Amino acid sequence: MASYSTNQFKSGLKIMLDGDPFSIVENEFVKPGKGQAFNRVKVRNLKTGKVIDRTFKSGETVEGADVMETEMQFLYSDGEFFHFMNQDTYEQHAAPAAAVGDSAKWLKEQDLCSVTLYNGQPLSVEPPPHVVLQVAQTDPGLKGDTSSGGNKPATLETGAVVQVPLFIQEGEMLRIDTRSGEYVSRARD
Amino acid sequence: MIRALVSTFLEHVTDSSWMPSASVEVLRRRAAQLAAIRQFFATRDVVEVETPTLAAAGVTAPHIDGLREVSTGYWLQTSPEYAMKRLLAAGMGDCYQLARAFRAGEQGRYHNPEFTLLEWYRVGWSGTALMAEVQALVDEVLGQAPVHAMAYSEAFVAAGLPDPLIASDDELEQAACAAVGQLPDGLNCDGHLDLLLDAVVIPSLPSRCFLTHYPAAQAALAQLDEGDARVAHRFEFFCDGVELANGFVELTDAIVQRQRFVEDQIQRQAAGLKVVAIDERLLAALQAGLPACAGVALGVDRLLMLAEGAHSIAQVMAFDWGRA
Repeated sequence: MASYSTNQFKSGLKIMLDGDPFSIVENEFVKPGKGQAFNRVKVRNLKTGKVIDRTFKSGETVEGADVMETEMQFLYSDGEFFHFMNQDTYEQHAAPAAAVGDSAKWLKEQDLCSVTLYNGQPLSVEPPPHVVLQVAQTDPGLKGDTSSGGNKPATLETGAVVQVPLFIQEGEMLRIDTRSGEYVSRARD
Repeated sequence: MIRALVSTFLEHVTDSSWMPSASVEVLRRRAAQLAAIRQFFATRDVVEVETPTLAAAGVTAPHIDGLREVSTGYWLQTSPEYAMKRLLAAGMGDCYQLARAFRAGEQGRYHNPEFTLLEWYRVGWSGTALMAEVQALVDEVLGQAPVHAMAYSEAFVAAGLPDPLIASDDELEQAACAAVGQLPDGLNCDGHLDLLLDAVVIPSLPSRCFLTHYPAAQAALAQLDEGDARVAHRFEFFCDGVELANGFVELTDAIVQRQRFVEDQIQRQAAGLKVVAIDERLLAALQAGLPACAGVALGVDRLLMLAEGAHSIAQVMAFDWGRA
């Protein structure tokens, strides 16, 4: 794996620290006029999601992390593993539930997800920014009420619970923003 | 045919990096500020000088890396200090320069490898008198505001840190670790002080503040204090958390200056850095007699950034490093 000098640091760069893969969140070059130059960085541990501060002497090098984000199709879950396929190579990857984490509640079979591979193994899974999911259960709403501001919870086919307008009925297809976890609109078809 | 070639070539310029990093309105105001700075010195009978941007000697300073021109091996000057001191030794008297300076690897929000330094010298002046003149210039560009002054060690203590003049290196290392997390290997005492200054002290300073009496190990080209050899006649000026100027009551003793240059070389060698030759013409000028004087260098791009309320110096430069 390539190594990177601090002058190549930028947000998004994946590096190895203490044996774990990290992604640089913020990088700041600091130097008193006559003093030592430093790069003070915020880095996210790609395994735990935790963000920590680190300080490097400018000019130091660190090893790059063999981390790749690849678009893959979600095939199915067998309860223990979530199975994905790279649509270019047809290569399949099984991600343990721990790697999928909270994203699981947005995953619908055949949707395209962003899978982060670390040394070839799935490390984390990002759902598509928008998904279309069917309402599995919600209390009967007020038919014809498309204007009043009230909300109610609805359980979707994947198990996710979102707040929806009162007029939404069971069986409807909804467009959801997975980044905010919010209802966007009814899906046309 | 040519048309086809030209359009193929143009397709390669797909980004907007041909455009300036500052708006033309900012650049017009920059021109007006530079004219005002020249007027400031003209009314005070300080003469504008120009010294070589490319010169035979570089600097020995442990943390400043110069850039070298390939065909001659001459150094792009990291500041006009040495040449201006040679002018002073030759009887130039009070003088200033708006110089382009170059420092390798310095790139960030407040750094660009090529930048503009305003450097000036006052013959027979004290550090206090020069600090007052820095304040007058800053007031002219940024508007008047109260200015504070604290000794370097006083500012550390006021920020809840160990006193740099008394504390052991272990104490400083622990304080630095608490402030910025895990530290890089091989930092010396001044490395810990630099980190603490940046992360803890500077953010705690009043809006406009001089730090004075820097530790002797960071004297650079300043005289040591006659009453307390632990500190030097060196000051810096900070404005809203930005390091704006560095000044000295200048060291005039050629022998002491040579010792400091040799110590720089030893420090660079120990750090595995390239050792740079000493500027013998500067030492010859000191030997011939540099008049007692105080001098200061001020980062013009940073000053204009503050005047504009800009986020980075790139926003007040025509073309920053990424577009140069």
